[in-house]
Amino acid sequence: MMTNITLAHGNGGQENNELITKIFYKAFKNEILSKSEDAAVIEDGTLAFSTDSFTVNPIEFPGANIGKLAICGTCNDLAMMGAKPKYLTCSVIIEEGFEVATLKRVVDSMQTELEKNGAIVVSGDTKVVPKGSVDKIFINTTGIGQIEQKGISSNNIQDDDVIIVSNSVGKHGATIFAAREGIDFSTNLKSDCASLWPVIKKLIDEGIQIRALRDATRGGVSAVLNEWAKQSNICVEIEEEKIPVCDEVKGVCELLGFEALSLANEGTFVMAISKEQASKAIELLKSIEISKEASIIGNVTLKHQGKVVLNTAWGTQRFIDLPTGELLPRIC
Amino acid sequence: MNELKLKDLYDGFRDPKTIKALKNLVDKEAAKFPGKINVMEVCGGHTHTIMKYGLNQLMPENIDFIHGPGCPVCVMPKERIDHAYILSLQEDVILVTLGDMIKVPGSHGSLQDARSKGADVRFVYSPLDTIKIARENPNKKIIFFAIGFETTTPMTAALLEHVTKNKIENIYFHINHITVPEPMKVLLESNDCQIDAFIGPSHVSVITGSKIYKEFVTKYKKPVVVAGFEPVDVMQSILAIVKQFNENRCELEIEYSRAVSNDGNIAAQNLINKYFTKATHFRWRGLGDIPDSALRLRDEYSNMDAEIIYKNILPNEKIDDHKLCICGDIMRGVAKPNDCKVFGKACKPSSPLGSCMVSSEGACSAYYKYGNLIK
Repeated sequence: MMTNITLAHGNGGQENNELITKIFYKAFKNEILSKSEDAAVIEDGTLAFSTDSFTVNPIEFPGANIGKLAICGTCNDLAMMGAKPKYLTCSVIIEEGFEVATLKRVVDSMQTELEKNGAIVVSGDTKVVPKGSVDKIFINTTGIGQIEQKGISSNNIQDDDVIIVSNSVGKHGATIFAAREGIDFSTNLKSDCASLWPVIKKLIDEGIQIRALRDATRGGVSAVLNEWAKQSNICVEIEEEKIPVCDEVKGVCELLGFEALSLANEGTFVMAISKEQASKAIELLKSIEISKEASIIGNVTLKHQGKVVLNTAWGTQRFIDLPTGELLPRIC
Repeated sequence: MNELKLKDLYDGFRDPKTIKALKNLVDKEAAKFPGKINVMEVCGGHTHTIMKYGLNQLMPENIDFIHGPGCPVCVMPKERIDHAYILSLQEDVILVTLGDMIKVPGSHGSLQDARSKGADVRFVYSPLDTIKIARENPNKKIIFFAIGFETTTPMTAALLEHVTKNKIENIYFHINHITVPEPMKVLLESNDCQIDAFIGPSHVSVITGSKIYKEFVTKYKKPVVVAGFEPVDVMQSILAIVKQFNENRCELEIEYSRAVSNDGNIAAQNLINKYFTKATHFRWRGLGDIPDSALRLRDEYSNMDAEIIYKNILPNEKIDDHKLCICGDIMRGVAKPNDCKVFGKACKPSSPLGSCMVSSEGACSAYYKYGNLIK
C-alpha cells in the first residue's frame, strides 16, 4: 500500500485505480458508486450525475483551453451514459496574479461549449489563493443530465460485440506533451477536445442500441478497453491496422516512447455495440465532422477473459495493459 | 526535394509484407540448420521491440531469444538509486536525471516517492537542459544523476564541456555510466552460458563503432550483428545470424549500416575520454560486481563530483535483490521471466522486486506488459 501520493496515482491507470478502490470506494461504498461508470445513474435511471476537476499545463493549447476542457469533460461523462447534459455547476480556484484577460478567454470558451451541449451553469464558486498554492487555475464542473437511452454500461458487453473508436486516438495527450516539452512539429497537431453529446444524440435518434460507451480520457483507449474487459469479463481483440492514429501523434510517440492507445483524448469515445448495428453506426459517425475518422477496431471474444489483445498485421499478438506509472519518456 | 517526415524514418521498417517475407526467409534458413540457436539481444531496447511486436512468436522452433543485461535502469544497483534519493532530499539540491530513472525503487523508495516527500526532482530529455535549470536556480545545487550506456555518455560529456567552458558553478555530477562489452564477456565466461550469437545495439555502435565487438567474434567465436530497433531490423539480423551458422561463418556484421561504422563517432569518443576514465568496479544489479564496466569523472573534475562532495551522507553497503528473484539467471540467458516464482505475483512493474522488472526495457517488464501469448 502507498505511503504518499505520487503523480502516478493520477495517471488514469493502475495506480490511479488502486488509489480509488482502496481509499475512496472503501469509504464511500454504495451501490451506485461501485458500478464505476463515467457518470452515476440516479433517480430510477432517469438522471446521470457527474463531476470532474481540471488541472492542465499549459492552460491554453492548440485546439482548446482549460475552460473548454472543463465543460466538455463533464458533459461528455454525462453523454457517455446516454444522457443529455442539462445543468452544471462551476467552481474555480484561481492563483493570485492570474491575468483577467486569460480568465475571460477561458470563461468565454466555456459558454461556447455549454451552448453546443444545450446546457447551462446554474451555480458556482470562486476562490482566490496565494501565489504558489495552485498552478494558475483549477476548475471543477459538476453536471446533471437527462438519460435518453437507458442501460448503457461497461458491465453489459457481450461475446461477438464490435468495438468502435470515434476518432483518431491520442491527439489531446500528444498535444499537451508537445506544448509542455516545446516540441514544434510545425503541423496541425491539436487536441481533439470536443462536446460529444451531439454525436451520441444522433446515434440514439437513429436507433443504435449502445451497449457500452466511454470517452477515452486519461489512460486513453487502453484504459477503457481494459476496464471493459474486466468489468464484463470478456476479451477485447483489436487489430493494430484498424486503429486510426495521425502522423503527428505517431511522431510524438516515436520521440518519447509512448503508445498512442495510452494517450489521453478529450473528444474521442470508444463504443461497444452488436455486430448487426456496426456498419450503420460507422456510416453515421463518419458523416459527422468530429467523428469522421471513426473505425471498427476490433471485436469481443472469450479467448483471454479480462484481457485486451492486440493483433499485428504480421500475425503476432500481444496484450495491451493498463498504463502504469507517470507517463515518462524512455531513455533509449 | 520533399521534406523528410518523422514517419519516413520508421514506416518501411514496420511494413507487414516485409516482416512476413523476412519470417519466411528465416524459416527456410533455420530449417537447414540442424541445431538450436540462442540469440542474445544485449540491449533492453531490443527486448522491448521483440516483445512489443511479438517477434518471438515469428521465430521457428530452433531459434530462441535470450534477453541480455542492456538496460541501464534495470541494472542500476539499489545502493546507487539510494544515492539519488538521498541527494534529492538535500534542502538546497535539485536532482536532475533522465525520465525512466524517476520510477525505479531503491531501498527507501523511488525518486517519484522522494518528490512526494518534497524533493525537487526533475527529468530532462537532454542533459543539456540542466543548464537552463541551473541558470534559473542560482542559489541551488543542481546534481545531474547521469545514467546510461555508451549512448548517453556523450551527452553527459557535452554537459561537462559546457559547464567547464562557461564556468558554471552550481552543476554537479553523479556518474553511473556503464559499458556494454564487459558484462557480455562475463556472461560468456560463466559456466552455464547458453549464448550462441549476439544482436548488438545500433545506438551504442553509432558512438563506439562496431569495433567494440571484434573480440566476441575472434576470441569467443560468437557471431555479432549490430542491429537497429525496428521489427524489420531485428528480423534481418536474425536472418544474417542463421545464414552465418549455415555457412559456417563467425563474423561481425552491421545490419544498421544507415548510421553505424567500424570506428564510430570519434569526436564523441574524444569528448568522453576528456572527462571520464574507467571506474575499477561497478556492481550491476542482478549480475554482481564487474570490473572496468563503468566510467567515473577524471580526478581533475572531482570538484564537480557529487559522489566525492557528498561522500559522508552516501552509503555504500551492497543491497541485494529479493532472495526469490532470478534476474541474474534471466540476464545470463539460462532462465525466462515466467520461470521465476514471483513473476507477475509479488513482482510486478508497479512493485518490482528484481532488476528485470524495474524499467519498461527489462525482460520481465516486457513479458508482463505485452504478455507471452504464443511462445
